Amino acid sequence: MSASGTRPSAAVQFVTRLFHQPYVWAIVALLLLLVVNLTKNPAYLGVSVNAATGNLSGNVIDILRASAPIMMIAVGMTLVIATRGIDLSVGSVMAVAGAVSMEFMNTTGTGSFGTAAVAVLLALGISALLGTLNGILVSIVGLQPFITTLVMMLAGRGLAKVITSGQNTSATNEPFRWIANGTVLGFPVVFVIAVLIVAILAVLVRRTALGLMIESIGINPKAARMAGIRPVGILISVYIVSAVLAGVAGIFSTASVMTVEVSKTGMTAEMDAILAVVIGGTSLAGGKFSLTGSVIGALLIATLDKTIVYMSIPSSATPAFKAVVIVIICLLQSPRVRSMFNRRKTRVTSTRKEAVSA
Amino acid sequence: MAATAPAATATAPIVEMENISIEFPGVKALQNVNFRLFPGEVHTLMGENGAGKSTLIKALTGVYKIDSGTITVAGGARRFTGTADAQSAGISTVYQEVNLCDNLTVGENVMLGHEVHGPFGINWRKTHQAAHEALERLGLGDLDPRQPLSTISLALQQLVAISRAMVTDSTVLILDEPTSSLDANEVEGLFTVIRRLRDQGVAILFVSHFLDQVYAISDRLTVLRNGEFVGEHLTRELSRSHLISLMIGKDVDSLNSLGSNRGRTAFAEAAPYYSAKSLGRKGSIEPVDIDVHAGEVVGLAGLLGSGRTELGRLIYGADRADSGEVTIDGAAAQVHSPVAGLARGIAFSTENRRDEGIIGDLTVRENLILAVQARRGWARPLSRREQNEICAKYLVELNVRPADPERAIRNLSGGNQQKVLLGRWLATNPELLILDEPTRGIDVGAKAEIQETIAALAEGGMSVVFISSELEEVVRLSERIIVLKDHRKIGEISNGPSVTADTIVDIIATEGSSE
Repeated sequence: MSASGTRPSAAVQFVTRLFHQPYVWAIVALLLLLVVNLTKNPAYLGVSVNAATGNLSGNVIDILRASAPIMMIAVGMTLVIATRGIDLSVGSVMAVAGAVSMEFMNTTGTGSFGTAAVAVLLALGISALLGTLNGILVSIVGLQPFITTLVMMLAGRGLAKVITSGQNTSATNEPFRWIANGTVLGFPVVFVIAVLIVAILAVLVRRTALGLMIESIGINPKAARMAGIRPVGILISVYIVSAVLAGVAGIFSTASVMTVEVSKTGMTAEMDAILAVVIGGTSLAGGKFSLTGSVIGALLIATLDKTIVYMSIPSSATPAFKAVVIVIICLLQSPRVRSMFNRRKTRVTSTRKEAVSA
Repeated sequence: MAATAPAATATAPIVEMENISIEFPGVKALQNVNFRLFPGEVHTLMGENGAGKSTLIKALTGVYKIDSGTITVAGGARRFTGTADAQSAGISTVYQEVNLCDNLTVGENVMLGHEVHGPFGINWRKTHQAAHEALERLGLGDLDPRQPLSTISLALQQLVAISRAMVTDSTVLILDEPTSSLDANEVEGLFTVIRRLRDQGVAILFVSHFLDQVYAISDRLTVLRNGEFVGEHLTRELSRSHLISLMIGKDVDSLNSLGSNRGRTAFAEAAPYYSAKSLGRKGSIEPVDIDVHAGEVVGLAGLLGSGRTELGRLIYGADRADSGEVTIDGAAAQVHSPVAGLARGIAFSTENRRDEGIIGDLTVRENLILAVQARRGWARPLSRREQNEICAKYLVELNVRPADPERAIRNLSGGNQQKVLLGRWLATNPELLILDEPTRGIDVGAKAEIQETIAALAEGGMSVVFISSELEEVVRLSERIIVLKDHRKIGEISNGPSVTADTIVDIIATEGSSE
């Protein structure tokens, strides 16, 4: 949309560069979904300003709000996947974080800002602890990430239930609730916090050598070790980051209703996160990663969820619809399909030769 | 203990390959290679890395398509489409890495794909019985076919792999480096089985890098070098030193005439920069003493599998030494990891460029700066300006082409990847540089450039440990040469005008026959 500028050459350049990004199809799909919604309601994209409070409201704002927790776990998952790992425990960590904060606020009972702050710190602290455990098991003990985090996924869900004695726990605390329902400059607080965290993380991995080292470990762990990179510290760190961000996501999703549903909060969230990462163009085989891509993936999943509701697709058909959309995107991104597209563009003879020599 | 060669030449060869040529993009893997194999003989394929041994085996079994030449098996011209096709014609292959299923039983592994079927599917009792018979034929009747494969030693697994190959009553058995991970007793056990099969009339194609083993087991040798056929000899008529010179090339002498003007500097008086006493690691190299002075090039010479790479890895800390005392620059040091090695100013350029060297998806720039960055830690990133300086320096100095720092390294040719890796280590300003086969698989021009660079670095005061399978290269560059064989040090010589590649060949050959 922004590509249609007055200078065609710059616009062409922009589009060409965009088309070299792995997440270009995610953007296309995102736009398509919005178009689908627009056909149903031409005013879908409208954003209205509440004159009294200055708050923005509209479907787009709803999508941004809903995307925040997915964005958090997706970004954390990106770093884990880049090291050739996977973190299946994020959904359970969300539940643990929610359970800890709700239980704490429920017991103390005060609605003060201090209580909310302690609840947040407690939630993030225990998330970090679980992440450390994941990291140690993967890097020092050498367990497979899949198994390690699968165990943590089960254990975390159990822990959440233990914390709340199996009850869905509610609490009242306005400052905590503000995280989910408040606004900053008209935008939802959750979205603003999510964007800030992603920005900080992006600076951390791309302005230091962390990103380079994560990618090296993911692409060729042996060569990375021979080059003097210490894998243990980096692996533990990425699992901690993933868990802490899951904790943030847990706070986001419990704060909106001020209730933790121990067997529902964060359920299948790891799937959304992995999908967002894959849609964003980071290979599950590890290596090169794109935080931007994962953010776009998270936005796409949030949009998809909203669209399903908006198009009044029956809830029983929701997973199937979601699956179809995502499979199409993944197909479009797969190197084989992409090379098929390229082959059609270039002359057949030259590509034949390349294919043989490859 | 030369094996008595049967009068094989009297009968017709069971396999005959004539004028085989295979070309891969940019490489002539095999050029007009001849090979013949008689029933009832053990025929060894000899050659250094990249000589084309594996390619020839794969050409025979149809894994690779041959571009020209003829393959005759049991009198008829054949072109197999793959190992399964070859196996149905009686040619079975046992590879270096045991290709068996750990989680199945011995019997299941032996009979996989040939299970005995009854009216209700597989008859396991009969299958295991057939497995027992197959094992008995190799003299392995004591082995319980119902035992899980993972519970038996690697050597026994190797024998299981052979009996699996023999289940189909193969007339030709190909053994590709079956002994590389076996100890002396296990090798003897394997040889007993091989001799038994040979006496049963099976034609055996054997590949090994261990000279002693080759002389112990084989009746006939075919030597390959750089994809070319060098010659076919009866083992008992070929001396060890002659064999080695055939393997590494007749041009040894001509290259030596280039002369080595190194080896004149007297290092012996000065204290060595790096010194290790009885540095060793069980199963990889027996304890070795090694000193390297500042500005000295120490060559590690030996055939493949002699322990030359293992020693380099121990010095760098890539493998953990389990014996030995190391002194660096006069102070006792422990180098137990690459991180520690780098911190001590040691750099190690691996022979295994693809698996342990390059980070394929990253750019040339990122690959170049990686070791320097790793030593600085993640929190102190090199600025883009510093990175560009490193790139500009080494891309020009080492003449990397294309000199584009933003290109993914996997798109560079092997020689240029090697130069980038050399640059990666030089950028760390090492005091001791270990180069393992820095010139392997790269063209002559790049080779000469790298050799010149190494000589210049030593002139500048750097200590260098130089590992190469090309003896003439070792002789040309090194002040001192440590000769390794079968995972131990068998000699150390000071280089001088009288030292040639033949000197080293003699040391390896004579030391071997005394065993």
